Amino acid sequence: MIKVQDLHKTFGNNEVLKGISTTVQDGEIIAIIGPSGSGKSTFLRCINMLETPTSGDIQINDQLITEKKTDLLKIREKVGMVFQHFHLFPHKTVMENLTYAPMKVLKISKENAEKRGEELLKQVGLLEKKDEYPNRLSGGQKQRVAIARALAMEPDLMLFDEPTSALDPEMVKEVLDVMKSLTKTGMTMLIVTHEMGFAREVADRIFFLDGGQLIEDAAPTDFFNNPSTQRAKDFLEKVL
Amino acid sequence: MNLDFSAIADSIPYILKGIGVTLEIAAFACVFGFILGVLLSLIKLSGIKPLQWLADFYTSVFRGTPLVLQLIIIYMGIPQMFPSIDISPMPAAILAFSLNSAAYISEIIRGGIMAVDKGQSEAAQALGVSYTSMMKDIILPQALKNIIPALMNEFISLTKESAIVTVIGALDIMRRAYIVGGATFHYIEPLLVAGLIYYIIVLILSYAGKLVEKRMRIGD
Repeated sequence: MIKVQDLHKTFGNNEVLKGISTTVQDGEIIAIIGPSGSGKSTFLRCINMLETPTSGDIQINDQLITEKKTDLLKIREKVGMVFQHFHLFPHKTVMENLTYAPMKVLKISKENAEKRGEELLKQVGLLEKKDEYPNRLSGGQKQRVAIARALAMEPDLMLFDEPTSALDPEMVKEVLDVMKSLTKTGMTMLIVTHEMGFAREVADRIFFLDGGQLIEDAAPTDFFNNPSTQRAKDFLEKVL
Repeated sequence: MNLDFSAIADSIPYILKGIGVTLEIAAFACVFGFILGVLLSLIKLSGIKPLQWLADFYTSVFRGTPLVLQLIIIYMGIPQMFPSIDISPMPAAILAFSLNSAAYISEIIRGGIMAVDKGQSEAAQALGVSYTSMMKDIILPQALKNIIPALMNEFISLTKESAIVTVIGALDIMRRAYIVGGATFHYIEPLLVAGLIYYIIVLILSYAGKLVEKRMRIGD
């Protein structure tokens, strides 16, 4: 369970998050949408402390991660993240990308890490690419590897930061399909996305952010069919 | 042309023996300079202000004064300031060149580290990888690949510039060429020989550098 309480984040003079509070239950799929600059990515990045909140509390599984003395590495082991620009390790093969953190952080043997790596690559349909370097892969393949890399740590929670925004249109579907199959495993997922169709289809709840505030928190059918705020209506008019 | 190499022919093996001395200084200075350079660059990027100031000050001193002066101060100054320490030319030369090249190398590496996409460290952090492992396994390998040409350049210039150890009497190629000149009264010939030796060493190093670069390009 994730509990966020009055989360604020300021960059210089720019207050990006203006007090966000919410709770996400285990196994929930949350799609976070909103105009650019609304603080979606910052909100997501606060959840694994890639951004340090200016104030407010975040609890993951009853552990207060915003406390100074929290061991962030331990938290991050359990929180997988997928980035817009993949950020695969270019000097490591696909398999090495998948096995590096499990071996280094979880101290899993190479043999077991590779076994798990192969399962994951099969799951994302890229087993035949295991010995390739990332630069030989297409954008969609890179992102699928990046998802597998995050899953290799067996996280409780997955964060997706605009996972399809940097992809050519014809590659969006293959990544969304992998994510869709992941939703069926009971994984808790927070997804910042511009793919409205996808959000509507897979999400349990939609977070609509605007101006650093969580303006709407609703089931997809409610949100897309009759949004309760004018700002959400305006936004949906533009993107749908 | 008034050049007579036959007069120094017998002395050429003597000059060639200087290759070992020159390479010894250069090799040790490369290794120590590189290690110290990595440490300095990590300190510079550590975010710990007093340590950063110290590293920056170190760099400014060694970049801001002539190498030959640093060499003489280490060779002559250390025994004067600490009479119990007796430093001979070779250790003094290696020490001076190591300290000096560390300053330059630290800047090269710092630039290399900063040029690595910030997403790389974020991806490593998001996977729960510790700072030390991240630097060692993810960031430095990528940084090094990008700075191999600059590092090779530094090592090559180090090899050449080691000729100034002549001033403290280390028996390198240059010093031996001088000695042969003095002994045979043919000054230019041994220097031309020395020049040729340096040139060949540098050619070999450049070639080796290209090979290393090629190997590091795997995955590009």
